[in-house]
Amino acid sequence: MHMMYFTEQPMSAYDAKAGLDFGATALNFSNKHYNSVEGSRLYNEYLEEYVLAEECGADGIMLNEHHNAPFCMQARTNMFAAILAAVTKRVKIVILGNPLPLTENPVQLAEELAMIDMISKGRLVSGFVRGGGQEQLANGVNPAFNRERFIEAHDLIQKTWTQPGPFRWEGTHYQQRVVNPWALPLQQPYPRVWIPGVLSKETVIWTAQQRYPYIALNTSIEATKTIHETYDKAAAEVGYTAGPENFGYLIRVHVQDTEEKALQNARQFMWMQGEFTGLANPVWANPAGYFSPSGRRGFVEFAVGRAKNPRGNPTFEEQVADTMIIAGTPDQVIERLKYLVRETRPGIMGIWANDGNVSKEDRRRCIQLLCGEVMPAIKEFGAGLGLKDPWEANAPVHLRYSTDIAARKAAAE
Amino acid sequence: MSVIWTDTVKEIAGIKLHVSRAGSGPTVLILHHDIGTVDRLPFYDALAAKYDVVIPHHPGWGKSERPQWMRHPRDIAAIYAWLLADLGATGVSLIGLGFGGWIAAEMASLAPEVYKKLILVGAMGIKPPEGDIADQAIVSYIVYPRSGFHDEAAFTAIYGDVSTDQLEAWDIAREMSFRIAWKPYMYSQTLPHLLGGVRAPALIIWGDDDQIVPLSAGQAYARALRDATLTTIPACGHFAEMEKPDAVAKLTIDFLSGN
Repeated sequence: MHMMYFTEQPMSAYDAKAGLDFGATALNFSNKHYNSVEGSRLYNEYLEEYVLAEECGADGIMLNEHHNAPFCMQARTNMFAAILAAVTKRVKIVILGNPLPLTENPVQLAEELAMIDMISKGRLVSGFVRGGGQEQLANGVNPAFNRERFIEAHDLIQKTWTQPGPFRWEGTHYQQRVVNPWALPLQQPYPRVWIPGVLSKETVIWTAQQRYPYIALNTSIEATKTIHETYDKAAAEVGYTAGPENFGYLIRVHVQDTEEKALQNARQFMWMQGEFTGLANPVWANPAGYFSPSGRRGFVEFAVGRAKNPRGNPTFEEQVADTMIIAGTPDQVIERLKYLVRETRPGIMGIWANDGNVSKEDRRRCIQLLCGEVMPAIKEFGAGLGLKDPWEANAPVHLRYSTDIAARKAAAE
Repeated sequence: MSVIWTDTVKEIAGIKLHVSRAGSGPTVLILHHDIGTVDRLPFYDALAAKYDVVIPHHPGWGKSERPQWMRHPRDIAAIYAWLLADLGATGVSLIGLGFGGWIAAEMASLAPEVYKKLILVGAMGIKPPEGDIADQAIVSYIVYPRSGFHDEAAFTAIYGDVSTDQLEAWDIAREMSFRIAWKPYMYSQTLPHLLGGVRAPALIIWGDDDQIVPLSAGQAYARALRDATLTTIPACGHFAEMEKPDAVAKLTIDFLSGN
C-alpha cells in the first residue's frame, strides 16, 4: 500500500466570526480578512511538516489547490510540489490534482510537471482534477465547458509527454501551433496519473477507461463501494480487471497520545461550518453546465432550499460513528483504519490529518504518530490482504501500455 | 380580441428551432431574455393584435434544441437571419429584450439596411460605461430573475411560486448564457463599433430601476446608433415587458406605427 500525508493547508488565522456574519466562507468572502503575516508563518510551518512526514516514514505527500477561501492556502499546487521536489529526498510528490480546465495553456502545465519530475528525480505523481465550481468562478473559467476542457487538456498533456515535437494541436478548446517543450518527464512513459473525485460517475468511468487509479475523497464506505462497482464495470468493458492498485481512498484521521486530545483536535475537521470547502451558495459549487444534466432537477431544488443537500450534513459524532472521521490514539486509529481498509480495499491511502485550528505542537505530534506508527501497521495489514499500490502491482501508467489486454482478448476468442 | 398562437419547429443550422407566431401585418421578430420566456405574455398578445409576431426560443433555450457548436450571440443572429429568409419575411422590425436586445443589435449591425425598425429593451451586448451587467453565476435561480423586477409582486404575477420545471429551465438558460457569453460576460467588445451603419430608426427602452443592465448601456446604444431615442419607464426593472406590459406595448406600437 501507498500511504500519503495530506492537509488542506488551512488558513486558520482568519476571523471565523466575519465569515459567519457574511454567511459564506468561500468565493465572495472578502480577502480583507486575509492576514499575510499569518499566511507567511503558516506556509513555512506546513512546509516543515511535510518534511517531518517524510522523516517519520510517509510514502507520499498529497497536494492540492483551491481558490478564494480560507479552507486551503494552496493557490497553485505545482508551487509546493516544486519546493518539495527540492527539499525532500524520498517521498512521492502526489498532486491531486492540477485542475486542468483552469489552464489556458496545457503545454506549459506539462512543462512544469516535467520540471518537477526531473528535479524530484522521478518522484512525481501527476493527478488531474476538474476542479470544483468555485474554482472555475474564482478563475473566470467557463463552467459549461469544464469536462470538455478537462479531457482535451489531458489528451494534449499526454501527447506532449509521449510524442516528439514539434506538433500542432487544433482542438476545440485549445489550439497551439508549435508544441515542442524542452522539458520532458524523467519517468517513462510519463509520471503516474491519479484522478481524485467525490461524486461524478462520468469521471469514474473516464478514469477506468484510462486505467488511472481513482482516489475517492472521503466518500462513505457505501458510496466507495458503488464507485468501485462503476469502475470495475468500465474496466471490464475496455478489457482489464481492476484491482486494489486502481483505487485510492482519502480519509480524515487525527492521532494523539490521548483519545481526548485526538477527539478535541479532530473536531477541527468541522471548522468550515461542516462543509469541506466552507459555507457557500450552492450555485457557486455547481454553476450551470458544471454538473451532469442527470442531476439537474435535484440540484435546482436543493439550490433554492426545497431539498436537502444530497451530500447530507452529518454531525461530527455521526461522522466518527460512520468512520468518515477517525480520531484517537495510534492503537484506536489502527483498529478503525483496518476496518475501513478491509471494507474498501484501496491500494493507495491518503490521510488528511490536520485541519483548522490545531496547534503547531499537536500537528507535529499527529504526524509523528501517524507516519511513525499508524502507517506502518496499516501497510502491513494491507499487505496481508494483498492490497498492492500501482508500483507494487507494476500497473501500466495508462491503458495503452497494458500488456495483459491482448492476451485476455486472445484467450476469450 | 383573442390572439391565436401557432407553434412550429423550424430546422435551421442542424437544430430544431421552436417558433411561436400570431397576428398579421408587418412582421415583428421578438427576441427573449437570457432567462428564456414563458409561452404567452400580455405584451406578446398586444403586439400580435397589430402585427405578424414571430417569437423563437433561442437555440438551446426553452423548447429549441442546443447547438453544441454555438459560441457567440452573433451565431444566434445568423440563425435568425436564416429563419427570416426561410419565412420569406421582409421589412421586419426587431424587438430585443435584454439579452435578446444584444442579438437584435448584432442582426442590425450585420445587415444595416435590412430591418425596418429596431427596439431594444434593457439590452445587453455593450459594456456599460458605468456599472456592470449583473453576474447571474453568483446568485441563485430565483434571486436573479426577481432582481430584474422593481416590484416583487410583478415577478410573482408571472412566475407564482416558481415550479421545479421553471427552475430547470432557468438552469438550462444559464448554461446556454455561459456557453456563448461567458467572457466577456454578456457584452461584445466589437459591437459598439459596428452599430453606426444601422439605418433602421431605433427606440431604446429602459426600466428606470434596471438592476441587471445599467442605464448607461442604454445611453451608449443611443450614442452608437445613428437614429436612436432613449426613453425610460418609471418604477420598472429589467424585465420591462413583463413588469410594465402596457407601457412597453404602447411605446413599441407607437414607434412601429409612426413614420
